[in-house]
Parts: sequence; C-alpha cells; structure tokens
Amino acid sequence: MANVKKSSTLSKDSNRIAKWIDYRLPILSFLKAEAVDYPTPRNLNYWWNFGSLAGITLVIMILTGIWLAMHYTPHTAHAFESVERIMRDVNYGWLLRYIHMNGASMFFIVVYVHMFRGLFYGSYKKPRELLWIFGVLILLLMMATAFMGYVLPWGQMSFWGATVITNLFSAIPLVGDSIVTLLWGGFSVDNPTLNRFFALHYLFPFLIVGLVFLHLVALHTHGSNNPTGVEAKKPSDKIPFHPYYTVKDILGLVIFLTIWGAFVFFAPNFFGEPDNYIPADPLVTPPHIVPEWYFLPFYAILRSIPDKLGGVVLMFSAVFVMFIIPWLDTSPVRSGRYRPLYKIAYVFFLVACVALGWAGAQEAEGVPLLVSRLATAYYFAFFLILMPVLGFIEKPLPVPESLQESKRKKGAGR
Amino acid sequence: MRSFFLYLVFLTVPSLAMEGTAPLKTVDWSFNGIFGTFDRASLQRGFQVYKEVCASCHSMKLLSYRNLEGIGYTPNQVKAIAQTYEVQDGPNDDGEMFMRPGKPKDRFFQPYANDQAARAANNGALPPDLSLITKAREGGADYVYSLLTGYAEAPVNEKPMVGLYYNPYFSAHWIAMIPPLSDDMIEYQDGTPATVDQMAQDVTTFLAWASEPEIEVRKQWGFRIIIFLFIFSIVMFFINARIWARLEK
Ligand code: HEC
Ligand code: HEM
Repeated sequence: MANVKKSSTLSKDSNRIAKWIDYRLPILSFLKAEAVDYPTPRNLNYWWNFGSLAGITLVIMILTGIWLAMHYTPHTAHAFESVERIMRDVNYGWLLRYIHMNGASMFFIVVYVHMFRGLFYGSYKKPRELLWIFGVLILLLMMATAFMGYVLPWGQMSFWGATVITNLFSAIPLVGDSIVTLLWGGFSVDNPTLNRFFALHYLFPFLIVGLVFLHLVALHTHGSNNPTGVEAKKPSDKIPFHPYYTVKDILGLVIFLTIWGAFVFFAPNFFGEPDNYIPADPLVTPPHIVPEWYFLPFYAILRSIPDKLGGVVLMFSAVFVMFIIPWLDTSPVRSGRYRPLYKIAYVFFLVACVALGWAGAQEAEGVPLLVSRLATAYYFAFFLILMPVLGFIEKPLPVPESLQESKRKKGAGR
Repeated sequence: MRSFFLYLVFLTVPSLAMEGTAPLKTVDWSFNGIFGTFDRASLQRGFQVYKEVCASCHSMKLLSYRNLEGIGYTPNQVKAIAQTYEVQDGPNDDGEMFMRPGKPKDRFFQPYANDQAARAANNGALPPDLSLITKAREGGADYVYSLLTGYAEAPVNEKPMVGLYYNPYFSAHWIAMIPPLSDDMIEYQDGTPATVDQMAQDVTTFLAWASEPEIEVRKQWGFRIIIFLFIFSIVMFFINARIWARLEK
C-alpha cells in the first residue's frame, strides 16, 4: 500500500561495515524494506504459500540443473548414456537427477495451485493486471523449458514427444514447415535439435528468473491481495513480513520438501514413463506417446478437435486466453468468497481441468474424447462467457470493511 | 505433407495398441518397500543365471565387471570373473588391435558385434539390452518375472505364429525369445535347487539391481531425510503458532 511507509533504513545498532556499504549501495536497506519490514495483509491463508514455494523450486532446479549439465553430453550418440553415467558413476548423481526430474513435476503442481489461487481470489484484477501477465509469461517459459528438458535424456518418449510436438507447428499456414525446420535444425528431430534444445533449456530458466523479478516488483508495488479481496486500508490491516510470513513460508517449505523428498527417495519414477528408459530409436514408434502429466490438459484440448490446425490454435488459445482474464472479469467484487455464482462456476472449472488431464492420458476416442470435448467447451466458456456475464447478473455477498474485522468474524464463527 | 502423415500416425497409434495382457504375478521382492535391500545370495545366483543363460543373447552395456562388487564379490573375485573374457584392446605401439584378458574396468562382454548380427541370429527379433530392463517396462520386476515364468500352451483362439512362442504377459502375446529357462539347466554354486521359478526370481533380482544399483543407499538416505524433515515440520508448526499468537493480543 502506497501510504504505508515502505522505505526503511538500517537500525541504529547495525554493524559498521553494513552501514558503510548501505550508505554507498543501499542494498541492505532495500532488502530490509522488501523482505523484512514489507507490510503484508494480516489474513493471508496457506494458499499464499505457493508463490514462495515456486521461487525456491526455481532455485533448486537451476542448481541441480547446472550440476547435471557438468556431466551431461548433448549428442544423440551419448546423451542417454551420459544420463546413465550420472545415475551410476557420478557421486550422488542419482540424487541430483531425481531431484531435478521430480522437481519439474513439483514445480508445475506448485505453479498450478498458485494460479488457481489467483483465479479464485481475483488477484489478477486492477491494479495487479501486469503482475498476472508476468505470471502467464512465466508459465509459458516453464512449459517450453520442461518440454525441452524432457528431450535431453534422449529416451523413446524424449524423441517421439519432441517429434509429435514440434510437428504441431507445421499446421501453421504458409510458414509452418519453415518453423518446424528451424526448430529441428534440419529435416527431422536429430542431433542439431538436441543441441539447440540443450542450449535453450539452459537459457530459459534464467529468463524465468528475470520475469520472476519483474513479477515481484509488480507485487511489491501494490502489495499482496488477500482472501477478502478488500484492499488493506488501516495500518492495523498489515503486519511486517518478518517474522510472520517468513516462519509461515518456512513451515510450508519444509512440508513441501518432505513430499518432494518422498518421491525422490521412494518413488522417483512415479511421474515418468518406462519408455524413456529405452534409448531413442527413430525406427520404432512406442505404442503410446503421452506427454508429461502437466501437459495432459492441453494435449486433451489439442486432440478434442478433429482438425489439426484447429486443435493447435485451440491449444495455444487455452494459455493465451489467460492474458486477458483481467479484462474478461467484469465483477466489482474481487474475491470469490463473496461471489456465490462465480464460486459454482469455479468449482466446475476445476472439475473440467481435472477431466481434461484424465482425458489427455487416454486414447482419443469414445468416452474420453467426449469428455475432452465437453470439458474444452466449458474451459473456454468459463473465461469467455461466464467471467464477463456473471459480473452483471450476480448479487455479491456483503464484503467486510477491514481485514481485521474479517479475521475476527471468522474466529467468532468457529 | 510428411509431417501431417506423422500427425495421423500419432492420432491412430493408441487405438492400435495391443489387447490386454495377463495380470502380472506379484512377488514379495526383498528390495520392495521403504527398507528394501537386495538379498546378496540371490543377486549372485541371479548373476550366474545371466552369465550362463541370458548373456548368450542379451547384452548389458551399462555394466562393468567392477560393478559386481556391488553384489558382494571381492575385488579379487571380480578380477577373476573379468579374466574369463577376452577383450579387444588397442591400438598398440605398432598400431595393431590385440586381445587381452578382461579387467574389472571393462564393460560386460557383448554377445553380438552389433544389432544387425543380433537380429540375424534371432529370427529378425532384437534381444533388448537388459541394463535397464526393470525400469523400462511397465510392472518392472514383476513383469520380467512373469514373462520368464509365463510361457504356456497357446489357447485355441490364438493363431500360432511360426518361430514365436506364446506368452500371455508379452504385449503381443507371441514372443521371439525361446523359453530361456528349464529346470536344472545350470548348477548353482551354493547348491540351491535350480528350478525355473528359483532362477527367474534370482535373475530378476539381479536385473533389478542392475537397473537401480542405488536403491539401497537411496532408501537409507530417504528414510533419514524424511524423518528429519518431518520433525522439522512439527517444530516449525509450533514456532509458527507461537509467533502468530502474538497477533491475537
Ligand atoms: C536364445 C536367445 C535368448 C536367450 C538365451 C534369452 N533371451 Fe530374452 N529375448 C530374446 C529375444 C530374441 C527377445 C526379443 C523378443 C521379441 O521382441 O519378440 C528377448 C526379449 C527379452 C525380454 C524383453 C521382453 C519385452 O517386454 O520386450 C526380456 C525381459 C528378456 N528377454 C529376458 C531374458 C532373460 C532374463 C533371459 C535369461 C534367463 C533371456 N531373456 C534369455 C532372446 C533370448
Ligand atoms: C525452469 C526450471 C527447469 C525445469 C522446469 C526443468 C525441467 C527438466 C526436465 C523435465 C528434465 C527431464 C528429466 C528427465 O527425464 O531426466 C530436465 C533435464 C535436464 N535439465 Fe532441466 N529444468 C529446469 C532448469 C534447468 C537448468 C537451470 C539447467 C542447467 C543448465 C537444467 C539442466 C538439465 C539437464 C542437463 C537435464 C538432462 C539430464 C536429465 O535428464 O536428468 N535444467 N529438466
């Protein structure tokens, strides 16, 4: 909030060296203002933990990735074996690789929850439109990064997944085939493809870091939204980030690491496909080509349309429609808590996304195809019809005056 | 155009997938579960089965003889095992390739010079490399065990195929691998009766180890780290509750 004093200085008793540095480069007082004193709504619930979890996951992915890259060989003849060398001969290589591999899934779980949170509490609404847009850009880059990362071990799914997905671009009229040639660096998925995917897989996470920075600057300009969707007005509505949210974020982090660790140590291939432990063979098509689970909803949308170009356009629209959500939602009320009709529409939207994920893993025929068509229709209707229309016809519940009031009321109710 | 064809292929491929295979036989493997470890005696018997039976057709390219220390052989035993193979080395100072006895650092001996030779010797079918087999098949160790013990008389409704053997656990039901195991075909060094079931269990244990040699260390670490994180979570839970209690005042 603009009227809460944000610029802080180092306290009087801080270290002389710290003061010397801060006088010349105010990085310490900046950190103090943005990470310690930073005024935060007092009523954030646990859904607000997922942003910090995503940030930490990104850091862990980058660190494990850099160490993997020290042992990995981006060549079609050596990639598979170099990954197995990491698993067998590099000290704790199996640990690095399993953290990185399961980390991709954890990252998507965290980011999807983070987005669903924003969608429910109206966190994309004025003045946080750009904040939301940076988020969608991060999602796009994450998808590209994960897709190219999956190609690196050069197993059967790596190869055939890359073949199927890059081929989608050939549906684009006129320039499609040229785009595909450019992606491949030749006339089929081959060594040049693997090389450029590795280069870009190394680059993109750092672009994501840049976007995360912008995302945070935008966040700290107006502060966090909160479960009521009411802007904090009184100073008593806000509390300093430290110690309240630092402890809460650490609590969330430790629980999250426990779950991530359970997969790494006890079910490291839970999210994977056995076929990716077979070296890539351009002459043998595996019986089921399925993308990683986090792409399944989009894959289902793609296959719900009998026309190739139509399917591709729809699949990309499913992500791009998120850019305009801030302008599709016409409701004067921010939080879904006080929007009875939106709440229902939102629950069905969740169901539709899960249904799409399920259908994406099935063969595109019969019941799964029908389900994916219905769910695709609802997916777009939710954004393009329900969001604008509900704002006009819905009668919102009374919204609390201040955050402290909402907190007390909830406490009294319990 | 060609890419459009590929697109069609991937749309239709799933629907061509095989009709169901028999439900797998499940074995209570020593390496299952949170505390799973490998049974060393079974691993060594399994290696013997691989060496004396499977190795005539299947390579294990990712393994070296030195890795056998992981199944309980001493460095001297490993040296002795490696020496029984002749390995090509070179070139020497005269530019010639030469043969020498194997060393622990050498990769496992490969039965065929290349895939073409392997196919030519096996009716056109390629015996897959077994280094990662339990990770590379749905069902893992249970699948390999079921396959090895699953050969049967074909039911009347299955059309017999020349040169193929009926096995309801194999995706196509007809496999090019001749039933590899038969009772007492080898003599175990430790005197265990070499029944088909025993050999299948032992060799599967060995193959599971070869696929995931890190399993034991991984689970030991995992147990400690998860306990640590769990306790840490509980501590953080109380610290968090205490700090937030300040706000209620
Ligand atoms: C005479 C050669 C030969 C011997 C000996 C042999 N195999 Fe095979 N094996 C094959 C061939 C050929 C295939 C490929 C079958 C096909 O694709 O139809 C195969 C396939 C397999 C498969 C893969 C099945 C699948 O799902 O694709 C496994 C597992 C396997 N063998 C295990 C073993 C084990 C364990 C032994 C030793 C006990 C063994 N084999 C001995 C020739 C052999
Ligand atoms: C945005 C963060 C990242 C995501 C979502 C991501 C995702 C992935 C995925 C899904 C895989 C395939 C895992 C497998 O099947 O083995 C992978 C592999 C790999 N990644 Fe990343 N990655 C990220 C960051 C990085 C970074 C910063 C590097 C460092 C350069 C890196 C280096 C590698 C390497 C070398 C591999 C191949 C080794 C392997 O397969 O385990 N990654 N990545």
